[in-house]
Amino acid sequence: MRIVLNKDSMNIEKEQDVVPFRNRVKEYAVKIGMSVVNQTKLITAASELARNMLKYAGGGITKIEVISEGRNSGIRLIFEDKGPGISDIALAMKDGFSTGKSLGIGLPGAKRLVNEFEIKSSVGEGTTVSIIKWKNG
Amino acid sequence: MDRIPILRMGNFLLVTIQIDLYDRLAINLETDLVNMVNKTQAKGVLIDISALSIVDSFMGRILGNIGNMARIMDAETVVVGMQPAVAITLVELGLELKGVHTALNVVKGMELLRNKIKDLDTGEEEEEEIATNEDSTE
Repeated sequence: MRIVLNKDSMNIEKEQDVVPFRNRVKEYAVKIGMSVVNQTKLITAASELARNMLKYAGGGITKIEVISEGRNSGIRLIFEDKGPGISDIALAMKDGFSTGKSLGIGLPGAKRLVNEFEIKSSVGEGTTVSIIKWKNG
Repeated sequence: MDRIPILRMGNFLLVTIQIDLYDRLAINLETDLVNMVNKTQAKGVLIDISALSIVDSFMGRILGNIGNMARIMDAETVVVGMQPAVAITLVELGLELKGVHTALNVVKGMELLRNKIKDLDTGEEEEEEIATNEDSTE
């Protein structure tokens, strides 16, 4: 069973919000004793997803949760936006695909860096991405 | 507006990135560096990222852009001091730092730049040699 131990939330509205958000995620990762490599992976994924949200939806809300399951603890990040949504998620998850002028590695790259990755989107309503990085994972 | 300082040392430009860059700052650095290469006719650019805790795809693209732009302006770029965790993450993310050389630290980076510039000076002769070798093997 998964228990949420701590909840925090931050708005991402402008590019200057991304670095403070990354720092907040890092604080929690350090607090649960996550290794530097896992911290770096989590923060990089967080950065990609926060930037995506800004770029394609003009911003949104992020939630930072400390979760535990048995002996394992981890960080769950949720990115919620009310942007245009993604019509073809499978295509958006493909390496090298981008509707913007970016490299197209944001979504698939972020997925590779974390243990669990979930994306839900409906066109016209918005997108929610949820990721989990376990302390020992 | 905030700016990252660019130091000139002989033929080279040195940049030490001490803080996590937000987008505007990174784009400014890109333009400033290319302008400086033009103004100082620098032959090499050394970027120290040892203080960066992460490099995401945006930052990776900026570094790649700087390398490519500098090359067009006849200068080589070397990125030094990457944290091991950052290197691990970059590879998993799927980011190749195209267009830039990398070295472990500033000393090795400077060495690499000096050698690159030496190679360029004697490059033409070497190319000719290789061409004749290929002919003889055929």
